[in-house]
Amino acid sequence: MIAGALVRLAKVISGARAVFTRPIEGDAQRIFFANHTSHLDFIVVWSALPRNLRVKTRPVAGRDYWVKGLVRRYLSAKVFKGILIERTPHSASSEVKREAARGAIERMAEEMGTDSSIIVFPEGTRGSGDEISPFKSGLYHLCRLKPNVQLVPVYLDNMNRILPKGEALPVPMLSRVVFGEPMEMRRDEPKEVFLERTRSALEKLKENHG
Amino acid sequence: MSVLSELSFDSSLVMLLGGVLAALVIGSLVGFILSLRVKGEAGRATVANLNARLRAWWVMVAVFGIAVATGGIGSLLLFGLISFLALREFVTLAPTRAADHQALFWSFFVLLPLQYYLIGLGWYGLFAILIPVYGFIFTAVRSVLAGDIDHFMARTSTVNWALMVCVYCVSHAPALLMLEIPGFQGQNANLLFFLVLVVQLSDVLQYVWGKLLGRHKVAPVVSPNKTWEGLIGGILSATAVGAAVWWATPFTPLQAAGMAFLICVMGFAGGLVMAAIKRDRGVKDFGTMIEGHGGILDRIDSLCFAAPIFFHVTRFFFDVSGQPIP
Repeated sequence: MIAGALVRLAKVISGARAVFTRPIEGDAQRIFFANHTSHLDFIVVWSALPRNLRVKTRPVAGRDYWVKGLVRRYLSAKVFKGILIERTPHSASSEVKREAARGAIERMAEEMGTDSSIIVFPEGTRGSGDEISPFKSGLYHLCRLKPNVQLVPVYLDNMNRILPKGEALPVPMLSRVVFGEPMEMRRDEPKEVFLERTRSALEKLKENHG
Repeated sequence: MSVLSELSFDSSLVMLLGGVLAALVIGSLVGFILSLRVKGEAGRATVANLNARLRAWWVMVAVFGIAVATGGIGSLLLFGLISFLALREFVTLAPTRAADHQALFWSFFVLLPLQYYLIGLGWYGLFAILIPVYGFIFTAVRSVLAGDIDHFMARTSTVNWALMVCVYCVSHAPALLMLEIPGFQGQNANLLFFLVLVVQLSDVLQYVWGKLLGRHKVAPVVSPNKTWEGLIGGILSATAVGAAVWWATPFTPLQAAGMAFLICVMGFAGGLVMAAIKRDRGVKDFGTMIEGHGGILDRIDSLCFAAPIFFHVTRFFFDVSGQPIP
């Protein structure tokens, strides 16, 4: 019930319209990967999914944000069933960061199990919305651990204007959530090629539907 | 005069509403018969669109009927909501930047509710200047404080024009309830009904006449579907309907015809300007909210310009609350 109310609220605030360029069918495990410009991004993608997919789809989120306060803890534990990832401080050495990232990827793969899908934002951080930044390598390593999952590109249009970086209050504009054609990691695909191929899938959605 | 004190549901309003419902019943029957008889791809598409529009009309008439019947508060809430949804569609298409975020937030959540609140108070003096004086200055200052000068003039004008069209202009429809017309107390809802009836009927009849007889384009660049035949037929027939319901207004039959004609012409102008904005932004419709019609702004584009002009002409010639003209 709370999930349903949240879905409606997210749709009202973001005026989000889901566009499926290909139907998403079948029981495959999926990684939905989207461009990232606003705090609302995850909930908007999640809300745009049809119900049967939504119940199996979990966000990946920073632990520090989602364990603060009762409401957030309840939402992430019971409603979204978020996979909470420890964030390393900026000051940490690159050695520590790399180790933490590897741990996080392993956690994600483990938590996905044989059934769950996840939503990730491979740019790593929120951008201004003008351009899609190069992807961090996390998506690649995750796919190496879960080679059979479907990768679904999701382009979020206009979210950066609804709640830009640095703003606390949303302006209720209309937005679109464009789901692209599912793709898969190729056999022995080099990291750079894979990351550029997935990023350009988002670019293409932006060009054609942005 | 406060618009909230009165419950405005008199017999002439019931008759107007009944007339509209009768027209909708006939329209829906025609649509149903056409859906059985028309063959061919293009014809079927037109009929399907016609029936989608008719279904949406049932909903819109029901919502408007309830709003008007519940007196001032219902109309204020309805038009406030329309302004909100229209502003949202407009701003979505408008080229603003992150630096305008705060100005837009104030537009949606402070200026818009305040504008309608002032109608509720019946405070004409501030209602008339809130947006073009305080709103325009405030939003420009708020944007400049954000420190982004790229396209500053275009962005500021865009925010101002969005407020003007979607909030200021639209709010003049329920503002008709503020007018004080001798011998017409408690019946102002009829004026609102008259405005909306004529402006929407003019749209529908221009569409119908255009489909039946349309040959010569009025504005081929801006709005290729508008024809001289549709325009003249639509305006004349909607003016005739406006004149025919003079008994529900404070006007004589001739005055009602004049007012209806003015509303139709302003409606056409509004539709044309909004069409140019859509073309400029490279879209066909402002949104997808109303099946067969597009967005809410596509449905009220003609109301935007008709409402303030009808309001002020009526106020100038019929209202007694203002200062005497020197």
